[in-house]
Amino acid sequence: MNVRLYIWQRATAALMVPLLLVHIAVIFYATRKGLSASDILARTRGSVSWTLFYGVFVAAVSVHASIGLRTVLTEWSPLGQRTRDIAVVLFGLLLALLGFRAVVAVVLP
Amino acid sequence: MAGMLTVSLWRGGTEGRYVDYDVPMRETQTVLDIVTWVQRNCDATLSYRFACRVGMCGSCAMTVNGRPRWTCRTHVSKVVSRGRLTIGPLENLPVIKDLAADMRPFFEKWQQAKGRFAPSKTRSDPIERIAPDSAARVAADAAIECINCGVCYSACDTVRWNGDYLGPAALNRAWTLLNDVRDAGNVERLAAVATDGGCHACHSHQSCQEHCPLALNPTASIAGLKRRTAQAYLRGEIKP
Repeated sequence: MNVRLYIWQRATAALMVPLLLVHIAVIFYATRKGLSASDILARTRGSVSWTLFYGVFVAAVSVHASIGLRTVLTEWSPLGQRTRDIAVVLFGLLLALLGFRAVVAVVLP
Repeated sequence: MAGMLTVSLWRGGTEGRYVDYDVPMRETQTVLDIVTWVQRNCDATLSYRFACRVGMCGSCAMTVNGRPRWTCRTHVSKVVSRGRLTIGPLENLPVIKDLAADMRPFFEKWQQAKGRFAPSKTRSDPIERIAPDSAARVAADAAIECINCGVCYSACDTVRWNGDYLGPAALNRAWTLLNDVRDAGNVERLAAVATDGGCHACHSHQSCQEHCPLALNPTASIAGLKRRTAQAYLRGEIKP
């Protein structure tokens, strides 16, 4: 890992700490209150706040996890540098695709 | 203490095997004494490396019962396990023969990390006064006593997993020079330790600190390098 990736990984980690706490709090709230799927969708659909919240969360996760996977592949796989970097970029794009798809599914009216 | 000790010594190069020797136990005996006894009494072709025998030169480090240690400062009574001792070359380095590891990768990484002092003055300039209690000097002094034995390099998991990683000793050396106000090579040094395989590859497992015979803390030095390289990068002074 070089200094640029190091800063990106630490910055996204710092960003995810409050997002994760809010995310867990939301899960507790939804389950404790017994919210149904339609109750939840009623709150998220058309909401700019939830779109931004989970949009930023997905972006941070995609960047953070890709950099971490790059280190794992460096240390534990026989992949060459170029193959490794292509693999982690594709992994990050896959995470972003799946994540944004899920966000779109709950926020689009 | 009396009787015999069964000592397994690595024989051969990278491809080799452990060979058992029976060595008489003494009241006070270092691991280096054991190796020397085998060479003088059992097999004169046994290869190993030592010089000072008093923990100053850093050349006698080997793997003793699974841990890298200075053999000259390790008493047998402290490490013997069920009357057995297993001694091999330092790990994470190529084996030249028997107990002698090839230290070239270790010292090449020192050079890669810009571990050489870059003078900022000439011999005609007056000697610079350095306050011993200045923050930079205190930081340098805390790490400066390294004698390059390679124990930390051998103990490091990241070195084992990532062949490009510069290792604790080279990065610790870079940290001491970074805190030497007389040094003029710090931009190049920060750039050298901020690349892939540099300080950011360290996972802070702290094996280097745990095993260092001088009780130095290379992990702390590496943490300092992480901070300083991040600051330099954000200011645009270095590029990865």
